Amino acid sequence: MSVTNTVRSARKSLSWLLALVVGLTALIAVGSISDENASFTPKLALDLQGGTQVILSPLLLDGAGVTPEQLDQAVSIIRQRVDASGVSESQVVTQGDRNIIVSIPGVPDENTLALIKASAKLEFRAVLVTSVGAASSNVDTVDPSVEGETPQGETAPEEEVASEDAPKVPNAAPTDPSDLNWVSPELQEEFDALDCSTSFREPGQVDDPTIPLITCDVTGTSKYILGPVEVEGANISDASNGTVQSSTGASTNSWAVNLDFDGVGTQAFADVTQRLFPLSAPRNQFAITLDGFVITAPATQAVITGGSAQITGNFDRDSSKVLADQLKYGSLPIGFEVESQENISASLGSEQLTNGLLAGLIGLILVVIYSAFQYRGLAIVTIGSLLVAALLVYLFIAFLSWRQGYRLSLAGVAGLIVAIGITVDSFIVYFERVRDEIREGRSLEVAVENAWKRALRTILASDAVSFTAAATLFLLTVGNVRGFAFTLGLTTIVDLIVVLLFTHPLLQLLARTKFFSSGHPWSGFDSKALTASGYVGRGKFRVSESLASGKAEKASKEATKRQTIAERKAEAAIAAAKKSGDK
Amino acid sequence: MSKLKDLGNDLYSGTKSLDIVGRRKIFYIVGIAIVVFSILVPIVKGGFNFGIEFRGGSEFRIDGVAETSQEIARQAVQSVEPGSSPLITTVGLDAVRVQTEQLDDVTSEEVRIALAAAYGLESGAVTSSFIGANWGADVTEKALIGLVVFLLLVSLLMALYFRTLKMSIAALVALFHDVVITLGIYALVGFEITPAAVIGFLTILGYSLYDTVVVFDKVRENTLDVEFSETTTFASQVNLAINQTLVRSVNTSVVAVLPVASILFIGAAVLGAGTLRDIALALFIGIIAGTYSSVFIAGPLYVDLREREGKFSKKAKAVKA
Repeated sequence: MSVTNTVRSARKSLSWLLALVVGLTALIAVGSISDENASFTPKLALDLQGGTQVILSPLLLDGAGVTPEQLDQAVSIIRQRVDASGVSESQVVTQGDRNIIVSIPGVPDENTLALIKASAKLEFRAVLVTSVGAASSNVDTVDPSVEGETPQGETAPEEEVASEDAPKVPNAAPTDPSDLNWVSPELQEEFDALDCSTSFREPGQVDDPTIPLITCDVTGTSKYILGPVEVEGANISDASNGTVQSSTGASTNSWAVNLDFDGVGTQAFADVTQRLFPLSAPRNQFAITLDGFVITAPATQAVITGGSAQITGNFDRDSSKVLADQLKYGSLPIGFEVESQENISASLGSEQLTNGLLAGLIGLILVVIYSAFQYRGLAIVTIGSLLVAALLVYLFIAFLSWRQGYRLSLAGVAGLIVAIGITVDSFIVYFERVRDEIREGRSLEVAVENAWKRALRTILASDAVSFTAAATLFLLTVGNVRGFAFTLGLTTIVDLIVVLLFTHPLLQLLARTKFFSSGHPWSGFDSKALTASGYVGRGKFRVSESLASGKAEKASKEATKRQTIAERKAEAAIAAAKKSGDK
Repeated sequence: MSKLKDLGNDLYSGTKSLDIVGRRKIFYIVGIAIVVFSILVPIVKGGFNFGIEFRGGSEFRIDGVAETSQEIARQAVQSVEPGSSPLITTVGLDAVRVQTEQLDDVTSEEVRIALAAAYGLESGAVTSSFIGANWGADVTEKALIGLVVFLLLVSLLMALYFRTLKMSIAALVALFHDVVITLGIYALVGFEITPAAVIGFLTILGYSLYDTVVVFDKVRENTLDVEFSETTTFASQVNLAINQTLVRSVNTSVVAVLPVASILFIGAAVLGAGTLRDIALALFIGIIAGTYSSVFIAGPLYVDLREREGKFSKKAKAVKA
């Protein structure tokens, strides 16, 4: 029976919805126990919560200046970086003609801070000499596990070059960047005396790219003498992380960083690898320095002419992503140092949030009152659907706040409130269509079914328009606009879910109750009021009986008034004949 | 209530009918007049009132204040520059940051001294600098690109859905009308255009198209077989569609405007300036303009675009005869 089918499908839709809600809630609940990032309250952005502001000033060699183009480029890159860590609605601003201010909501974690602070020069230098990161007197206590920090491939573990082995050749002119002639005695002494646990670099030190550099790696466990700069970080066109593919093409459990160079970089890198490949360790390693510290010093496994390289080592997913991000976005034209870092209290923060929510609540109540006014009993459906929609949106935002680092801002709250109107509009489309069907004389249950097909098409078209707007704004803009676009897009999707899985089944079920199907005046589907003269398509009109009788009465009264005497007499005769006929 | 219901019924059946399509010339004239006016106003007035994020501005930082009252700062700034409305935030525990519109050197120095005096500190405790416009070219450019892409995508979407390019054109004209009018009102009254307001503008686009889509959906339904009809013309079918969706359009607009109005009045009255007020204002004006354009402009324009087609004009003549 079609009726039972309807009930079955309605119940199925409702149970899908229930499953969705329960599923989301469970996910978040489980997440909040295991992961500190998850919670049932969504995270708030800078203007609602306060945040951290970092002021960066450029590092320059004495006498050099920074051009506006360089500054703009740096701003762009830093903005990209911070955005890459989530929809954080950060603000990156220039101050004066030298400084950059980065505002990040909340308390940023170490990774994000590292991403911003480490926004310094990236350089490729060849390794000349390396050893344990302590002063030379400790050179005897060699710990092989120390080398684990240095990413290698399957080559033999890197040999340490004890200070006695370093050639003490007097200053002949070095012939290529790997030539050990770079290592003058003075340099060697400096190298031996270096203890990586001390702070041997000035914050903001700028290194001359044409001479060797003595430095340590980021953990302080190894120290290096590096040759002059051979490839600039700016020549990296892309970097990403991924799992290592074994020779058979299956992916293994180890992670790696994939590098792509641009034209200049490819050529330079090819030269480097060609020269390094036949050398023995440690001179077959090239070091990548960020801010003067070695972040990785892989050994050259092959001559790489194609411009794409892969760095393997002790990477896991997080560490490979950090390195990839640093390489990808680290190619700044100039280096920066952190001038200050402080926390800001939101200017009107929590007050705005409370008032914003209050405004939303008032708006919601007004809308409900209006729809009760217009649609009477159907207001139940409206209220129910709005509540379900609100619940779903809240759960989604909490979920995305956890997984994607999404932060709710004031613009986002505005987006949510605006979406109330769009959601209720879907209901209106549906209800009006049902009314249209009733006007054409169909029963409520059939009207609901027919109306659904047509209304769904309209709702899909309108939602597609909204979603396109939200998606384009989101993909192509930054900052505040992005947060707004996000909530708008989210609420559009939720609107569709709610209409499909809640409003329609609910209406289907309600249509079978007496209150609605009998066309009670308070049901919103008052059939008497609605079945007026109907336009039934194809240019035809149907005149309903109720209306016709009313009009007919009026018309006949008019006619009687205008009857001639003869007609009146004729009428009276007929009426009399009828009376006698009845008797 | 029953009157509204009856009105709805009458509009639906065609017993009562607002002759929107027939009187379209009037609506065109009104529409064009408002659009021209809206274009002239900013030219005459010398541009829009852009917020600090677009114009850039001056910023002052007072460190080591004894009490972080914002009123002190406000009065100090206004004693030098009476018209300004500085944005004041508390930074950390004992610092205050004041943002104003861009001041010249002399005024900037005076403000600096005034602020220091107001908080009882030496003038050295106040640093001043100016900010390059926050949003600036970068983000505005991105927003504009987003806008263009959106318009292209949506035209394509509608062309596919409605299978006629002319509907897209009519809808886009209505859209243009909405945005221009909204901008005109902003220029006229002097509301501040901030990034939040720009968000509102971009949303108006989505909303206006949304409304127009619903009207056109009904139009499409009504005009499916109009070429075979002996009794009605294309124009009257479109008119009927507009009338039939009139009640629904009004309902939708009221329902969309109510939350926006709520944000607007709370935002303006309780909070003063801010993100909420800016977005809500743009949306409030835009939704009203959008409803007007979907009803009175998009439909009639579509009629004009299509009635020139042979099959419809011949039919129109035949029916009139």
